[in-house]
Amino acid sequence: MIVELGHYALVLAFALTLVQCFLPLWGALTGDDRLMAVAPPVSVTLFMLIMISFVALTIAYLTSDFSVLNVVQNSHSAKPFIYKFTGVWGNHEGSMLLWVLILVFFGALVGVFGGNLPKDLKAATLAVQAWVTGGFILFLLATSNPFARVANPPLEGADLNPILQDIGLAIHPPLLYVGYVGFSITFSFAVAALILGRTDAAWARWVRPWTLLAWCFLTLGIAMGSYWAYYELGWGGWWFWDPVENASFMPWLAGTALLHSAIVMEKREALKIWTVLLAIFTFSLSLLGTFLVRSGVLTSVHAFATDPARGVFILGLLVFFIGGSLALYAWRAPMLKQGGLFAPISREGGLVLNNLFLTAACAAVFVGTLYPLALDAVTGEKISVGAPFFNLTFGPLMIPLLLAVPFGPILAWKRGDLLAASQRLYVAFGLALVFTLFTFWLWGMEKVLAPLGVGLAVWVMAGAVSEIVTRVKFFEIGPKRGFARLVGLPGSAWGTVVAHFGVGVTVLGIVTASAFQEERIETMRPGDTVEVSGYQVTFDGAAPRRGPNYVEEVGHFTIRQGGVLVTELDPSKRVYTARQMPTTEAGIHTIGFSQIYLSMGESRGDGAIDVRVYFKPLITLIWIGCVIMSLGAVFSMADRRLRIGAPKPASRRKTAQPAAAE
Amino acid sequence: MFLKCLTALFLFLSVLIAPAQAVAPDEVLDDPALEARARALSAELRCMVCQNQSIDDSDAPLAKDLRVLVRERLVAGDSDGQVIDYLVSRYGEFVLLKPKFAWHTFFLWAAGPIALIAGLIAIGLALRKRSQLMQQLATSSPSKLSDEEEERLNALLKKSDRDETG
Repeated sequence: MIVELGHYALVLAFALTLVQCFLPLWGALTGDDRLMAVAPPVSVTLFMLIMISFVALTIAYLTSDFSVLNVVQNSHSAKPFIYKFTGVWGNHEGSMLLWVLILVFFGALVGVFGGNLPKDLKAATLAVQAWVTGGFILFLLATSNPFARVANPPLEGADLNPILQDIGLAIHPPLLYVGYVGFSITFSFAVAALILGRTDAAWARWVRPWTLLAWCFLTLGIAMGSYWAYYELGWGGWWFWDPVENASFMPWLAGTALLHSAIVMEKREALKIWTVLLAIFTFSLSLLGTFLVRSGVLTSVHAFATDPARGVFILGLLVFFIGGSLALYAWRAPMLKQGGLFAPISREGGLVLNNLFLTAACAAVFVGTLYPLALDAVTGEKISVGAPFFNLTFGPLMIPLLLAVPFGPILAWKRGDLLAASQRLYVAFGLALVFTLFTFWLWGMEKVLAPLGVGLAVWVMAGAVSEIVTRVKFFEIGPKRGFARLVGLPGSAWGTVVAHFGVGVTVLGIVTASAFQEERIETMRPGDTVEVSGYQVTFDGAAPRRGPNYVEEVGHFTIRQGGVLVTELDPSKRVYTARQMPTTEAGIHTIGFSQIYLSMGESRGDGAIDVRVYFKPLITLIWIGCVIMSLGAVFSMADRRLRIGAPKPASRRKTAQPAAAE
Repeated sequence: MFLKCLTALFLFLSVLIAPAQAVAPDEVLDDPALEARARALSAELRCMVCQNQSIDDSDAPLAKDLRVLVRERLVAGDSDGQVIDYLVSRYGEFVLLKPKFAWHTFFLWAAGPIALIAGLIAIGLALRKRSQLMQQLATSSPSKLSDEEEERLNALLKKSDRDETG
């Protein structure tokens, strides 16, 4: 009964999106207030209906209702409670329902909190959002109904893919989806602006908090996914340039560019047409990512579904939304007025440079991900494009961008002075130089690029700090007044500093962890010891153990440094009984920002076992940097000017200006 | 008894599915320089039965065979290029994670640089159009404005400049 209720709510929601698609839009175009007023309550109702659907499916999972096909295929009565819950979105149908849930959640947010938006823009935006929602609900109902029943319910389910039975799964997809789908709102704003033929600084000001929110979650989602792969897949790698990773990385790159170009649009009314295009691109890339993952065009760990009918349907949605929005863009964009002139060397110029490199990098990743498919389709030749390719093409595009990052926020709007900006950065440059030389001194000349990489990371970090310190003239006015001024800076200024600092932290982690990692691969008998980076790792033996839905062999290792006990680790090899699938559980110990990583391999008989031991210096900085970046987004969102969103009366703006201009 | 059963079950299962770990100790070459070259080569070769994994990362038996093969060729005195050529002749270009630069991969390799150059050209054109526009304004407007109007305009411009900063 509950399951039917969920199904019914989903169908009802589809019917409501049809109303939402047309009435508010018609109202916005004809200036009919009553029709426009339909949008907010409908957006909230849509959210409640999809929520009912989602809760119904969740109940089916928690009660192990094996009369539901989706539950049979992806659950097991012996599965721990938490994975029964997270299993709801650990499969194709459920994850698409989560997608739709977030889609309508964002719609409802605009409906409820968009009070200061112009009526027609709000109505048109919600209508566009309903188009997207309707498309995806139809996709669910037509090709991937999560509520389908089985005629003869089996006694037991097939269990969830064991790789997905991990706390990482509980967090990773929802975060990623909030990011992915959050860009739908930006997209809806852009399309609404094109329909209404109007974009201005106020538009950018409304769009930016939504972009920031989506970007913040996408950053966290990608970082979480990377950490999950790191400890769950057992290879000690943290980024594989897997097509599915690229599918989430491309919207991130485009979204980062969008975030920056929206600043120019908000402050200077320039780059309007480009910003609208980027907003369309960013969500298009999210859609494309969904298509790539869901259609099974690229099969990987993440692709639970490989059904051509679904692929064709999503491809249809993709063509409709991307094609439609780009056609609308081609038709309407020339009508948008360009504003704000600026010199090449200026804050705007810096942000254009940022957009140039991020877009080029995004294009390189895009072509690298899709080229093998295209070549296969056109000529039948099969090639592989993997990590070595991306490192070679993506890396060089990032270096000039990172070098330029500290300059951006220091240059003045309209016409900047590069020399004056450089003078404010000499401390950062000095620090970068010192760290580069220090790394050379530590490691010698055998790794030439790594110390330069360390220097680059320090340059970005110190550059971010210099910007804010010299901005308030911290050392000229003394620490007491300096701190007061720092606290008084607007949230968006802090956001920039924190996010850029995070970028530097991530770069530092990437450079050190890839260049200075130490690795030992040994066959160890109980009592054997290997040494890695000054730590002695002793294998004490292995024993079998039984978990709720798996059996495992757990190794016991003792880690000492100079004879002093550091920690004990218990990595294991598991076999999940329902699917007969083996997984490795790495043993990880964090020391400062570095980690010791242990992973067990094949047993060799008489208690001996293959072991891989890594020391990964500063590796946690990769993810910590991402968390700092999203913290930057939070700071920026907390900025009063963005929170209020609407343009303020002239009198208040005047009094607010001097503080912001400092 | 329970533990014994469990061990038996586990051993049975692990024989059944035998997850061979990436780079096993018995594969590692004695000569560290050769081994380092083997590792670097392995990272660029695809495990043909896996999804986007190099043979260096993969647990699959085929990846192990390839790793051993790479090492055999290196021990036999092949250069890195010869090993790659040998594997490509045997398994096709699909085995390379970094495709060779050739006509059919030209666009793949050039996509990033092309996007960068195209972007630069677009920005350059936009800037030129802007400066032409500004010059036009500069040369055409004084003739139409009286001195008094000019002054008022300047005052207004200054004011709007002040308002816009920040």
